[in-house]
Amino acid sequence: MKLLIKNGVLVTKKGERKADLLIDGGKIIKIADKITEKCEVINAEGKHVFPGIIDMHVHLREPGFEGKEDIESGSKAAVKGGVTQVCCMPNTNPVCDNAVVVSYIKNRAAQVNLCKVNPIGSITRGQQGESLSEIGKMKAAGIVAISDDGKSVENSLIMRLAMEYANDFNLKCLCHCEDSALVDGGVVNEGYNSTLCGLKGSPRAAEDIMIARDIALSESLNIPVHICHVSTYSGVEIIKSAKARGVKVTAETCPHYFALTDDIITGYDTSTKVNPPVREERDKNAIIAGLKDGTIDCIVTDHAPHSVKDKQVEYNLAAFGISGIETSFSLSYTYLVKAGHMSLAELAEKTSAAPARILNLDGGAIEEGAVADIFIADLNEKYVIDKTKFLSKGKNTPFDGFEVYGLVECTIVDGEVKYKA
Amino acid sequence: MLKRKDLLGLRDCSAEEIYEILDTAAEMKKLLKSGDKSSGLLKGKSLVTLFYENSTRTRSSFELAAKYLGASEVNISVATSSVQKGETLIDTGETLDAMQIDYVVIRHPMAGAPALLAKHVKASVLNGGDGMHEHPTQALLDMYTMRESKGKIKGLKVAVLGDIKHSRVALSNLFGLTKLGAEVHIYAPSTMIPKEIGALGACIAKSREEAVDGADVVMGLRIQLERQHGGLFPSLSEYAKFYGVNGEVLSHAKKDAIVLHPGPVNRGVELTPQIIDGEKSLILEQVTNGVAVRMALLKLLGEWRGVNL
Repeated sequence: MKLLIKNGVLVTKKGERKADLLIDGGKIIKIADKITEKCEVINAEGKHVFPGIIDMHVHLREPGFEGKEDIESGSKAAVKGGVTQVCCMPNTNPVCDNAVVVSYIKNRAAQVNLCKVNPIGSITRGQQGESLSEIGKMKAAGIVAISDDGKSVENSLIMRLAMEYANDFNLKCLCHCEDSALVDGGVVNEGYNSTLCGLKGSPRAAEDIMIARDIALSESLNIPVHICHVSTYSGVEIIKSAKARGVKVTAETCPHYFALTDDIITGYDTSTKVNPPVREERDKNAIIAGLKDGTIDCIVTDHAPHSVKDKQVEYNLAAFGISGIETSFSLSYTYLVKAGHMSLAELAEKTSAAPARILNLDGGAIEEGAVADIFIADLNEKYVIDKTKFLSKGKNTPFDGFEVYGLVECTIVDGEVKYKA
Repeated sequence: MLKRKDLLGLRDCSAEEIYEILDTAAEMKKLLKSGDKSSGLLKGKSLVTLFYENSTRTRSSFELAAKYLGASEVNISVATSSVQKGETLIDTGETLDAMQIDYVVIRHPMAGAPALLAKHVKASVLNGGDGMHEHPTQALLDMYTMRESKGKIKGLKVAVLGDIKHSRVALSNLFGLTKLGAEVHIYAPSTMIPKEIGALGACIAKSREEAVDGADVVMGLRIQLERQHGGLFPSLSEYAKFYGVNGEVLSHAKKDAIVLHPGPVNRGVELTPQIIDGEKSLILEQVTNGVAVRMALLKLLGEWRGVNL
């Protein structure tokens, strides 16, 4: 079925271009100044047309934690946020450490049929850090990467072996970097605000040590590695110097690390509790600089929905995580593009093209012949984030009440409209 | 009258509020010293002490303060409460509210727990110590003792030695004393100094002698033996040797300096027994003042409740 998007500004790799875009058979078949076609037409006058966001770090919680989120609610939230493709982390119950769970997730996603869902398998069985999951069988069932997200594989030998073995299957390790002994129960960034609030702080070094270790393994093995949710200025420096000498390292960050500082924790609002923690001005600025200079390749959400009961408790007891998939585009646009740090094309590179490249996924570009995964946004639309309107079951956001720009109005996956505002 | 429902910490108290509490505590101390426990100021009011951590002096001090003013009082300890059955703090608070409680004193191992409770109950919440955060009534009784002895707080040099990092007493004193214009000098092994405490107004000394030099007040903080196993220091005797306050160290303070400690004291660790029992020590006076300060807070918050609820 054909679909024509008229009069929009297309955000392509070469920059912005006002043109019409024709979709057929799930592909973008034609881009031209004026296209006339007898088919369904979406008038995008005054709007921008982006490649669909590929969020390669998401928690859909199913199976096992459906009280927090499930594949249906998470997919609805994704397409509302302009996300056409997610990669979901394996810390479900049971852990996604075998082909059966992978198939379950793929099947559920196919039933839901909104965004594309790519499972990530665990590195180790049960995420216990001891022995390898059946990485090959999971690859055959459809995983796109492996990760023990939520913790590091503490044993460096196991990590080395996992990287080598996964590389045989052309899979990357996505590394959650955290030296748990050094974190020592810390719940926020260690610094002025942790002392002010009497909350146990986690030092930057806890993250940096593991970033450095995983880069050292990657370098010595000459195997690519991907660093998850970078939050420290010093971590950015470690990655930058590794890239400069040719290490095959890629890295991601999340909107809360470039939009917030830990000043938000002082009221003990548990929606601010996230791992790694939101840090200080210096870190925030380094993350933005790292996105600009290419040290940080992509933007993800680490969408971590939780139920009210997981968060409406003492700060120490609250679950880590931010429900972020519905606000990612607006926050990125507001804090990166509108703030003057990057162009729309550069933003699309960070949210779409880079993740596609890193995980070898189809998508991430608006060009003839490309898959028709796109979204249309009104960049002039200013609105206030209202967590009660989230489609995600997780209302845990520190951005409630923030005024942002850039409203997603329509999301198209494989040429089909999956969301309309 | 304090313009607040709760006392969660000194971080958000103004200097005026602190002075009002100290002034009222002076009246309460007179009442206490007169032996008159029948004023009935809080007759018909009820107080619950909700303690998630062990305590002897803070708890009994609050309980006696309530009783001396005629309030009825119930204590809930973790071992016998539904807390261990997995009840949340908010549910516990709402249950207490439903029992028409006027005051809840909470002690909790986690920072911010009193603030969470206060948001969900109509009762006035008094923080009896939350994690490494605040212990405002202890700091108030410390400041009361300083002012009673020195006539003022402004301009005093207060030396605080001990486990600053894990001490809610240190943080509340830092917030309160700096608001009233005192200088706070701290000294401890670096493993017991929290990050950026200097940015919060503390002067970090390079030696015991430097911390204590010319001090009007020398305060020791309790060293917990379990911290030794966590690697913060090698042994209590090594701590005492390099970080404890002995007669020689104390000789660097002003001649009329006073010595305080929130208790319970490890004799011969934070302070030598000679100092604890010596003429500069006001450690027992602190205990009396603690009751007076808590009576004052119950009175002041009660007046707020009378007008606002």
